[in-house]
Amino acid sequence: MDEKNLNLTLKIWRQAGPTSVGSFQDFKVSVSEDSSILEMIDDLNNELEGDGKEPVTFESDCREGICGTCGLVINGQPHGPIPKIATCQLHMRNFKNGDTIWIEPFRAKAFPIIKDLMVDRSGFDRIMESGGYVSVNTGGVPDANEIPISKDVAAEAFDAAACIGCGACVAACKNASAMLFVSAKVSQFSLLPQGQPERYDRVQKMVMKMDEMGFGSCTNTYACEAECPKGISIKNIARMNRDYIKARATSENLEV
Amino acid sequence: MGDLKSFIPEGNISDKWTNHKFNMKLINPANKRKYKLIVVGTGLAGASAAATLGQLGYEVEAFTFHDSARRAHSIAAQGGINASKNYQNDGDSVFRLFYDTVKGGDFRSREANVHRLAEVSESIIDQCVAQGVPFARDYGGLLDNRSFGGAQVSRTFYAKGQTGQQLLLGAYSALNKEVAKGTVKLYSRKEMVDLVVIDGKARGIIVRDLETGAIEKYSAHAVIIATGGYGNVFFLSTNAMNSNATASWRAHKRGAYFGNPCFTQIHPTCLPVHGEGQSKLTLMSESLRNDGRIWVSKTKGDMRSPDQIPEEERDYYLERKYPSFGNLSPRDISSRSAKEVVDDGRGAQGQEAVYLDFKDAINRLGKHAIEEKYGNLFEIYETITGENPYKLPMKIYPAPHYTMGGLWVDYNLMSNLPGLFVLGEANFSDHGANRLGASALMQGLADGYFVIPYTIGNYLAEDKPELLPTDHEEFSKHEKEFDELVDKLMSINGKTTVDTFHKKLGRIMWNKVGMARNEKGLNEAIKEISELREEFWKDLKLVGTKDGVNQTLERAGRVVDYLELGELMAVDALDRNESCGAHFREEYQTGEGEAKRNDEDYTYVSAWEFKDLGRWELHKEDLDFEYVKLATRSYK
Amino acid sequence: MGWLGRTINSSIGKKFIMAFTGISLILFLLFHLAGNLTLYAGKDAFNAYVATLDTVKPIVRIVEVGLALVFLFHIFNGIKLWIENKKARPVNYAVNGSSKNSTFYSRTMIHSGSIILIFLILHLTTFWATFNFTGHPVDGSHEYFDIIIYFFQKWWYALIYFIAMILLGFHLNHGFQSAFQTFGWNHNKYFPMIQKIGSIYAIVVAVGFGSLPVYFYLSSVLGGN
Repeated sequence: MDEKNLNLTLKIWRQAGPTSVGSFQDFKVSVSEDSSILEMIDDLNNELEGDGKEPVTFESDCREGICGTCGLVINGQPHGPIPKIATCQLHMRNFKNGDTIWIEPFRAKAFPIIKDLMVDRSGFDRIMESGGYVSVNTGGVPDANEIPISKDVAAEAFDAAACIGCGACVAACKNASAMLFVSAKVSQFSLLPQGQPERYDRVQKMVMKMDEMGFGSCTNTYACEAECPKGISIKNIARMNRDYIKARATSENLEV
Repeated sequence: MGDLKSFIPEGNISDKWTNHKFNMKLINPANKRKYKLIVVGTGLAGASAAATLGQLGYEVEAFTFHDSARRAHSIAAQGGINASKNYQNDGDSVFRLFYDTVKGGDFRSREANVHRLAEVSESIIDQCVAQGVPFARDYGGLLDNRSFGGAQVSRTFYAKGQTGQQLLLGAYSALNKEVAKGTVKLYSRKEMVDLVVIDGKARGIIVRDLETGAIEKYSAHAVIIATGGYGNVFFLSTNAMNSNATASWRAHKRGAYFGNPCFTQIHPTCLPVHGEGQSKLTLMSESLRNDGRIWVSKTKGDMRSPDQIPEEERDYYLERKYPSFGNLSPRDISSRSAKEVVDDGRGAQGQEAVYLDFKDAINRLGKHAIEEKYGNLFEIYETITGENPYKLPMKIYPAPHYTMGGLWVDYNLMSNLPGLFVLGEANFSDHGANRLGASALMQGLADGYFVIPYTIGNYLAEDKPELLPTDHEEFSKHEKEFDELVDKLMSINGKTTVDTFHKKLGRIMWNKVGMARNEKGLNEAIKEISELREEFWKDLKLVGTKDGVNQTLERAGRVVDYLELGELMAVDALDRNESCGAHFREEYQTGEGEAKRNDEDYTYVSAWEFKDLGRWELHKEDLDFEYVKLATRSYK
Repeated sequence: MGWLGRTINSSIGKKFIMAFTGISLILFLLFHLAGNLTLYAGKDAFNAYVATLDTVKPIVRIVEVGLALVFLFHIFNGIKLWIENKKARPVNYAVNGSSKNSTFYSRTMIHSGSIILIFLILHLTTFWATFNFTGHPVDGSHEYFDIIIYFFQKWWYALIYFIAMILLGFHLNHGFQSAFQTFGWNHNKYFPMIQKIGSIYAIVVAVGFGSLPVYFYLSSVLGGN
């Protein structure tokens, strides 16, 4: 492989703690084209540490684009300029020598900054706890092939289930709405027969929790879909709207 | 004679688990809530265990160092999960899955455990489907299967290349259900840093809050560790950046035996290293080997582009050497063969890599069919390498992937320390010296959903452990010891960063305790690791404070453990004077370069007891093979 | 809050109100435009059209009240959403990458909407008030066509009207398909059609209304009519 190095200027958001005032800090780096952007920050951090300076705090884990841990806003776009990848999969060959790259954390009231580029996305977990499951206990379930599901429906449910919970949809949305995330989960279960018994109950609970966690409303800009590393479709949002309105209108439960 | 008791139940292999389930003591539903259980780790094993135990009525506290339980590295498993459903009518059965797994593990696993695994495999699929896991289906709406390395039947259930993610989300949803009910209390961003052992029993854990830096104490009737493997000891591995051995290792240092530490699997289909700055290696699902053909040039130092190398100059070495399994040979064999051809100077374009070619499959099935099956994997490949695998063959190379070794457990998944249970990759139990593809997910969920819920009840009913208050002096002592460790790390004030040490260790491990090992190299490794450890404690540079988020401190703590664990792996590899499964000792091979087992002397599990830094005592658990006859593995 | 209050105040509830009122206004605009286009047919045609409406005055009044409520809901709810959504994202990015992931129309609904609101007030105080109450600003007569010409001959009025109609086009271009998405009517086959119809509708409305002040202003300047 012909190793080519890029000389770049990084402008990285630094913030000491949740209540501290943050600002951008400039760094000059030289990085191989074959590196990922996170490897570039690894290198930078190793250098900073060697100099006795505080490294840049950011989160990542699998570095294969599936765990949803990493999430940086690169030049104004969550997960950077290349569609359908997570930050960890963004390779430096997509930049040009001499570029300036702005690196910011996901910004939303519901995702408070913990430190530098690390944010708290636990709001997603609270939403999932409110109803993101099929209430089956371990054991006592029917044989797997007793529930035939058409290939198309299964594929659509899978596409919704492919969500990695990274929060890029919230970060991309000008309203910091979590509709794409929530609708993906709601859709997975509302498409599958296993999810039917709780279908209308689930959507009400999850939407209510979503609102409570401080996410904004959807205004259909579809920025979420454009930035989603897994290409989750806004059709899921439509499906959730439909289910929600139907549930609100027809459910006899006055408590929810 | 081995001195370790595994408590394998009596009876025929197919009755053992059934009988055992009946013979075990039960706890009545009302009493279950009086028992507090700690589950560390929320991957497949941990989440499924916590959810099921919560559902049974126990008071469960689950811990993850991630920001969310859903991020555990089980999520990255791509290929699939095995189950002996025989939906394809191709002759599969519980016994065949059992047989394949024992054989695939090269006769170093415990027969009874493996049989139980095969037995519950079917329930796992039922459970996951009921949870809404979107497995792949065929046109009739029923579940689809594919074949995987080391098996001649199609028994692998999958969800595109995201099986791990879908199964984990299933377990995570089950966990959420219990969190909502209040039976499970979930703690995120808290890392277990010590096991509290009082009077020889596991009584609780010490954790560090990764957000505040606070050290906290948690007490329980029993502790379950499900924190995965230790592949990151190699620095470059397919494990996630944060996967680590700390929970297991600290438990080991408190008395839990470590089983078969040298059994580490090198996965044959990973992307080759691109350079110094590389942070981890990416796995390409082994399922690719279903349709991809592996080859290198017949000529040494062939720098031609692969599409310029004519058919007759290509060496499809796996098909040549193992005609009946060919490209689907087990992982250890495939990995070693790749190393052989690269060592022979025939690596792809001079790199440490071999070709994985889809040309024939695309010609046979059409590009669309290949896209349907592997589309997302091809995309990942192109994203990372910038090369289009529909046009040029992929370049792959083996990389550390999975650790068969782990904390020693008996048939009940309890370690030698009463009250400490170990599940999933963190234990040593089911895969012997080599794990077959699509079996890790199976084991994680088997342990969590279907084994621990029974066996832990038996322990609680029989031993009647008591709950100690966290202000007990031993808890405080453990807490203080950890605090001192942190202070010690922070006060070294040397010049070398944590990652530099980790990379150095990784290089020693990969070169000398990696795919092929020998006595000289292992002795050198032991010496080099202990020297590196000394250097670490003299020259580590650690910035920041112990309060608040300090990722460098987190990594330093993990590297402390790797620097000890790495040595034990070498010690174990040196002790095992045979080649078996993933453990290949160059001194022990056949004339054809195949692994040569020594069943006479090494049909045992090595369980190491920690004595002091760099000093262990070996305990042995003898292995009996009653149902799968000891035989030389042949995949020819 | 009861179940209805909770529904209306939920994020999807508010969205649903926007969509429902929006679609109502879209329908209204269609009728309004059809009527206004009679201006091109000349004085008699237009006056006859207005006179016809006068014959069903009570119905028109009822519709007007309904329309006012729909407008108020749409406007009030829209502003409320905007404020809440601002709060959900209190800090902006240093680099604004939104042009790469969303359309200009969708991001500027509050802006186009606000200008349309200002226009609406102007529109009501001029045409609606004069038609219904005060009559021609000069002689107080109820010669509807002349009133129109009177205002359109003022360059600034024609300009504001024209700009507002362009922005109305922007607003509708997003709003039309957005309403369908909110109702959950997003289908692989039909949604792309809806998006196209929405754009065509937006252009028709913007050109239909917007051409009127241009035509009458230019006519007056060039000495026609």
